[in-house]
Amino acid sequence: MSVTESSNPEPTAPRLTSRRSSDPSSHRSNRRLVAPFRPDCWRSPLRGPWLTSFLGTLLVPAIGVIALTGFIDHWAHYPQFAGNDGVGPSGDIPVLFHFPASWPSWSYAVTQGFHVVLGLMVVPLVLAKLWSVMPKLFQQPVARNVAGALDRISLLALVASVLVEFATGILMMEEWSIGNIDLNVVHYYGAWVFGTLFVLHACIKLPVVRRAYRDRGVLKPLRDDLAQTKAEPADDGGLAPVNPAAPTISRRGLLAMVGGASLTIFAVQAGESIGGPFRSLALLAPRGRVYGTGPNDFPVTHTAASAEVTSAMTGSDWHLTMVGERTMSLSRQQLLEMTQSTRTLTIACTDGWSTTQHWTGVPLGALARLAGAPEGAILRAVSLEAGQTSQAFVPSLYNDPRSLLALRVNGVDISLDHGYPARVILPNVPGNFNTKWVSELRFEAA
Amino acid sequence: MRRGLLLGFSRRYGASPLHLLAHLVGFAIVAFALDRIFSGGDVKELLIWYLGFAIAHDLVFVPAYSGLDRLLRATIARVPLRARTGVPVINHVRAPAVISALLLIIYFPLISRRNEGWYFSLSGHYLEHYARNWLLITAVLFLGSGLIYAARVVRTRARPVS
Repeated sequence: MSVTESSNPEPTAPRLTSRRSSDPSSHRSNRRLVAPFRPDCWRSPLRGPWLTSFLGTLLVPAIGVIALTGFIDHWAHYPQFAGNDGVGPSGDIPVLFHFPASWPSWSYAVTQGFHVVLGLMVVPLVLAKLWSVMPKLFQQPVARNVAGALDRISLLALVASVLVEFATGILMMEEWSIGNIDLNVVHYYGAWVFGTLFVLHACIKLPVVRRAYRDRGVLKPLRDDLAQTKAEPADDGGLAPVNPAAPTISRRGLLAMVGGASLTIFAVQAGESIGGPFRSLALLAPRGRVYGTGPNDFPVTHTAASAEVTSAMTGSDWHLTMVGERTMSLSRQQLLEMTQSTRTLTIACTDGWSTTQHWTGVPLGALARLAGAPEGAILRAVSLEAGQTSQAFVPSLYNDPRSLLALRVNGVDISLDHGYPARVILPNVPGNFNTKWVSELRFEAA
Repeated sequence: MRRGLLLGFSRRYGASPLHLLAHLVGFAIVAFALDRIFSGGDVKELLIWYLGFAIAHDLVFVPAYSGLDRLLRATIARVPLRARTGVPVINHVRAPAVISALLLIIYFPLISRRNEGWYFSLSGHYLEHYARNWLLITAVLFLGSGLIYAARVVRTRARPVS
């Protein structure tokens, strides 16, 4: 008799068998089912309502933080202005949060670092949770009533959406796009799909979780070592095995493995967000490499070559055009002769990495006054970059005393890859808002 | 009377009316968000993504790692290491293997250099170190797990058998 887990499923034949049987809950029809549809083929003694409840309980706060920091990232793009984000502004929820001007300039780096690093660290937990509920996928009959059918549909959709949500996030972080999929849109609205189904699932399963904790204790099963590990009694939900095998790992052993995987992911990833000496520890992070010790040796989101910006375009002929109530043209020398301000500001990419440098340049607020920006005007910084779409900055952002048109970094001219002759640098915005190779600053009435 | 009506509904529907309400609200939000996703993209490709990931996970990935685990258990059963040392070895193989495999899955685009052209055009760097780093981390994980195993064996031997 084949009783091992995961023998190759043949989805069509067994379904027909169960549909034909007149009383699907009877023992006789169970015997006619084929693995993996037969409950006794799921033998791991670890599975059960407690384990699934505990993994779910760990997921709730983690998913909560990831969702919140994800929305903060979306709102940090000022999606109310068309073109600022790949998503919106139509059909979107209103912007509910902006970083206050009193918050340190690395606040966005922290929230986005959490979003990406925690998102990756949760992958082992998500996979363990899915493993713990695998018997449910093959449970027969498919549904006993309408409520059961709705449960089944929402669970299948939840599994598909969590996988797509994490996959799109990981692919975006690693700059890998496949096919014609707009990862930005699928990740953002996919979060609505996944988030809604996740909340629904947590609410529906709350009584099951409470019963599991009441029956077995919240943490008590973690005290069992391998010798004391026993299967949970078979439950209505079909999670606990009816025919448990001898355990080869304790529940706390399984959780330690999940936690160890999360910590390893943190170790090989987080350095690119924390920066400094930790960057060299981020052995697998997309921007983990050490770039050198020079003043311009910090990560580049996209190079001058990829933007098709050449040194000929940025030479002595380069002028900054400013358009407000007055239109004017300034050379780099004229900009350098204006009152300079030096600020320590963080570039934090949506991909999760960040870098903090000392920037010197002209405050954007001073340039706004010089050009005669109309009251409440939005600023569009136009770049020499080929095919770039401009982004809109609100007055509270460009009038922040920390916001600069930077000409120098760490005491030297910024390099071509970092945006020479001049780049915008702002506190608490996604990295790509710090427009490089600026050719024009336009103050447009909103 | 009203209670009787509710009970009748619950019996036929299979859960409380709140269950139905929650699902209707939830499915409405999901339908709106899916419409946003599908209206902007290639419908066929998006369907392949959603269905493909679910099928790949449930019917390929899970059976594959369960099968590998079964193979591992069978192999270890043939090596009488536990009988000799008194400490089961299986999880000292499982843990580093699982962590290494997870790293490979998460960082596959970088390790496999599949996106190298695009990555280089953006960052000005190649991906030459990622496969090496992954192998290095894998080696360290197995070595660390082996050392912990050795320490456990020594501790078990030092402890008097009761």
